[in-house]
Amino acid sequence: MSSCPMPTDKGGSTMTDHTDTAAANQPLHGHTGAPLWLLAELTYRCPLQCSYCSNPLDFADVKEELTTDEWIDVLTQARAMGAVQMGFSGGEPLVRQDLEMLVAEARRLGFYTNLITSALGLDEARILALREAGLDHIQISLQASDPDVAAAVAGSRKAHAKKLAMARAVKAAGYPMVLNVVLHRHNIDQLDNIIALCDDLGADAVELANCQLYGWAHLNRAGLLPSEAQLEAAEATTRRWRETLAERGRDMRLLFVVPDYYSDRPKACMGGWGAIFMTVAPDGAVLPCHSARMLPMSFPTVRERPLREIWYDSEPFNRYRGDSWMQEPCRSCDERRRDVGGCRCQAYLLTGDPAATDPVCDLSPDHHLIEAARREAAGDARTLNELTLRNVHASRIFCRA
Amino acid sequence: MSTTADTGMNGSTVYRLRPGWRLQWEEAQQRHVLLYPEGMVQLNDSAGAILTTLDGQRDVDAVVATLQAQFPDAPAAAIEQDVHEFLSDADRQGWIHHD
Repeated sequence: MSSCPMPTDKGGSTMTDHTDTAAANQPLHGHTGAPLWLLAELTYRCPLQCSYCSNPLDFADVKEELTTDEWIDVLTQARAMGAVQMGFSGGEPLVRQDLEMLVAEARRLGFYTNLITSALGLDEARILALREAGLDHIQISLQASDPDVAAAVAGSRKAHAKKLAMARAVKAAGYPMVLNVVLHRHNIDQLDNIIALCDDLGADAVELANCQLYGWAHLNRAGLLPSEAQLEAAEATTRRWRETLAERGRDMRLLFVVPDYYSDRPKACMGGWGAIFMTVAPDGAVLPCHSARMLPMSFPTVRERPLREIWYDSEPFNRYRGDSWMQEPCRSCDERRRDVGGCRCQAYLLTGDPAATDPVCDLSPDHHLIEAARREAAGDARTLNELTLRNVHASRIFCRA
Repeated sequence: MSTTADTGMNGSTVYRLRPGWRLQWEEAQQRHVLLYPEGMVQLNDSAGAILTTLDGQRDVDAVVATLQAQFPDAPAAAIEQDVHEFLSDADRQGWIHHD
């Protein structure tokens, strides 16, 4: 998938000010707040093959996508629970021919509707149809400024030119234009050109999101994680651009999402497990984030139980709420409510224990794993052509495993 | 009324929400929220009341007069000050803009 709308910085995209929302939605006296955010992953099908995709490695195992009626029921239930921001994502959501119908229904229910797309499958007629359906916002992902790098990352030679044309068409249709560029070691040194391209396209905001290392990105970590020197240079470039844009009076916001592998404290992932965010996967599995599917636990689906029951009462959604599940060093740490112990997916991917302290934290006994990844990133790493592309063929290998 | 230096606001400034942004009452949260691409600002009662009066026609003075008529029990000067402070702040935050 291209990227994901998030209350925190996981998956390549981010919301800017959800600290307040998360704080305002904190459980009071043990009560769980409403899922303010719904991410509807309509499909795992995608014409691109980005090697940092956050979809599960075994996505090819998921066959029975929810029908139009089932999705409308999900939207209705989620809205009744208080969800108000929603993203249509995937895979590539434009693959679904009923997207316009789902957008219209979501808008009618009162959702603020975001389409998170690669722009493949978009044309001017569809932009117009989505506009008429009431879509509020289209976020297009770019892979690079350089067509060759973009082609290698996305596994498609034609995609880049198409994306540029559609970005201009989206802007012309009167949408706020937010571009999302997932950064990694093969494109981060071109950041100056990338921002210049976004400026030229007339973007209102640009998310410069260092790829977060889950799913296919974790598989390809050695070939994706930038070195610390690359990261510092990119941050300096971003600062320079912010000054230039301000001098020109150009209102283009640059949001730089750092890779948490270079932090000493973990991110408060998703504002907390089952706190404000809910993902519904293509087959109706309900997840606390779009990566959680790979955890060693099973999640209920909307085909089995009402959404309200899943969110408030199911065992998986309650397992990592609050702090009673925490182990040391989190359990006795003063900062445990600020960062909620970090990310459960990252803890599992790196230590094998989803209840462990996120190894990003330098108080974690497993922090050496992060330091080793940093050292690896400082040296020579895999070339672009050595990355495993995300496609059905590669996924089947993980299905069998 | 004095001009607010950094936003250029004065009594005849007409503010509107940024394109693509939406103000909405949320029954579940019992408050107004400001919705924008992938984000949400949760508003308190006075912020919600002020933004509700921004209809693309009213200028700042008219917003003040509307709210003074709507809340006759509140001191008029306090309402005026609240509106000016909130609108400058909302402008600086990028929630609203003017031509």
